[in-house]
Amino acid sequence: MTQWLPRTYLTLIYILLYVPVVVLVVFSFNESRTGYAWGGLSLRWYEALFNNRAMVNAIWNSLWLALSAATVSTVIGALTALALHRYRFRGKKLLNGMLFVVMMSPEIVLAISLLALFLLVGLQLGYVSLLLAHVTFCLPFVVITVLARLSGFDDSLPEAARDLGASDFTMTRTVLIPVIMPALLAGWLLGFTLSLDDVVVSTFVSGPSYEILPLRIYSMVRVGLKPEVNALGALLLVFSLVMLMLSQWILIRSKR
Amino acid sequence: MGMDSDLFCEGLVRRFGNNAAVDHVSFDVPAGTFFSILGPSGCGKTTLLRMLAGFDKPDDGNIHIRGQRMNDVPPNHRPVNMVFQHLALFPTMSVGDNIGYGLKRRKIPLAERRKRTARVLEQVGLPDLEHRNPQELSGGQRQRVALARCLVLEPTLLLLDEPLGALDLKLREQMKVELKHLQKQFGTTFVYITHDQSEAMVMSDQVAVMRDGRFDQVAPPEELYREPETPFVAGFVGDNNRLSGELLAVRDNLADVRLDDGTLVQGRVASDNLKRGQRAELYIRPESLVLSGDALNSGYSAMQATVRTTLFDGANSRVEAECGGQPVYARLPQDGSAPRLSADSSIRLAWNPTLARVFGADSL
Repeated sequence: MTQWLPRTYLTLIYILLYVPVVVLVVFSFNESRTGYAWGGLSLRWYEALFNNRAMVNAIWNSLWLALSAATVSTVIGALTALALHRYRFRGKKLLNGMLFVVMMSPEIVLAISLLALFLLVGLQLGYVSLLLAHVTFCLPFVVITVLARLSGFDDSLPEAARDLGASDFTMTRTVLIPVIMPALLAGWLLGFTLSLDDVVVSTFVSGPSYEILPLRIYSMVRVGLKPEVNALGALLLVFSLVMLMLSQWILIRSKR
Repeated sequence: MGMDSDLFCEGLVRRFGNNAAVDHVSFDVPAGTFFSILGPSGCGKTTLLRMLAGFDKPDDGNIHIRGQRMNDVPPNHRPVNMVFQHLALFPTMSVGDNIGYGLKRRKIPLAERRKRTARVLEQVGLPDLEHRNPQELSGGQRQRVALARCLVLEPTLLLLDEPLGALDLKLREQMKVELKHLQKQFGTTFVYITHDQSEAMVMSDQVAVMRDGRFDQVAPPEELYREPETPFVAGFVGDNNRLSGELLAVRDNLADVRLDDGTLVQGRVASDNLKRGQRAELYIRPESLVLSGDALNSGYSAMQATVRTTLFDGANSRVEAECGGQPVYARLPQDGSAPRLSADSSIRLAWNPTLARVFGADSL
């Protein structure tokens, strides 16, 4: 008898969450030119999307940027986290706190300061400036994810590996990395997503030589909502679902 | 240093700042011995063990294992393996891979690794558990996996860092006996550190009692119990009563002591250079105290005490009494020979003077 209230509540929440997504996917198959009237099934907007050279180019640019930014920040972030976990040194607390400052400060502040810095050192705006900027805002997330994993890490594990005959390198490869792997993966995915959909920072530090997807979409929508964007949205959705399932699969496999 | 010595340390020193955690420690562990280092927390036993394993370097002195100087040998090249306090089983590997880890580092082929892993699991009483995860095992099973992971490498020396601490009482009692059996079965030299004197007593061939970075005494458990060489050992190993007083005379290796309440008692001399008139402390074990009536065995010392309470605990039952402001415990035999005791009643506690030990009060 008391079951219906929580169930209805939960259903409403899920409707609220998923209706926009479903609408987007459905309308991406809409024949009609306007975004709000149904005109029958069609793949024409997908076709239009793939025929749009500039758009396809922006997609590749974005994927490449997200891939490199996530990878670079995972490597640097993991090493930073290890240092913060393992060693005691002067300024450790300061360094720790500064990570949070980058994470919590408004994006616009980061964007302006990065732009100012790049102009100051005379760096041409393009892939390199975007990469540096994206690594900057991804880094704290990776560090915090890996640190959280390391806080539950038994510090005698590396010693046990050494004791059983492993060199430092072998210990890192066979014991340390497998243990922090879930965190590396999570940090990498977080960085990838953050980079892929960042608009604010990218607006400031990108140049005409390297156009990326969020900025492209943003400029398209300003002229008017094209159904092409629906098709793009649907594809991105499928892409992130695949990524999510992949990461879950790796996680489950690593636990076995 | 004997020819068959597995571990020989001379003058080991390890300082942290101005404080010497290990302060000129020398000892010799013959092959096949179960050697325990017993001491309260902070006595330096963990630092000592870490130096043996190679995780820490002595500031002075030498470590020899089977005659080879080990000071500059890194942990992965020492013929030594360690069972860690929290076992440190690799959570991302199966039991089989945990045990095969060291063999793999030695480039032993897979088939041989499997064979040896299966054999050592059999020996520690966990056959066919290779494919399980360490997390799925019980505390006692994990303990044995940690042991097997080391023993499969046939180390010269196995170091154990209080590995029983995490187990519940009953399992701990069981593992004590089992560890002792495993040590005999493998014939490996064990160096075991603990703060639990009962663990050290039950398992060891030799026990070193450590305090403030030094060894107070190294002896077999029985000798440690019966002939403690320092007041610290007398008080730390097993239960003991400590009665203070003034030394009156020494003759035939027996010391006459006047306790603070005036009672004249006797005990064996345990420290050198005892002088007349100095403060002294007499140690007597609760089980050496007999409840006597007025009839006193000849030659026995006795004192009058007031019963505070009796503590019933089966074979460990005892009476808590007070003598001149000092607490005294005596064992209450449960064979019907003990009188009924009520609080505030007066009892007479007697002992054979050769079972008591007298130290100078300043020798602590």
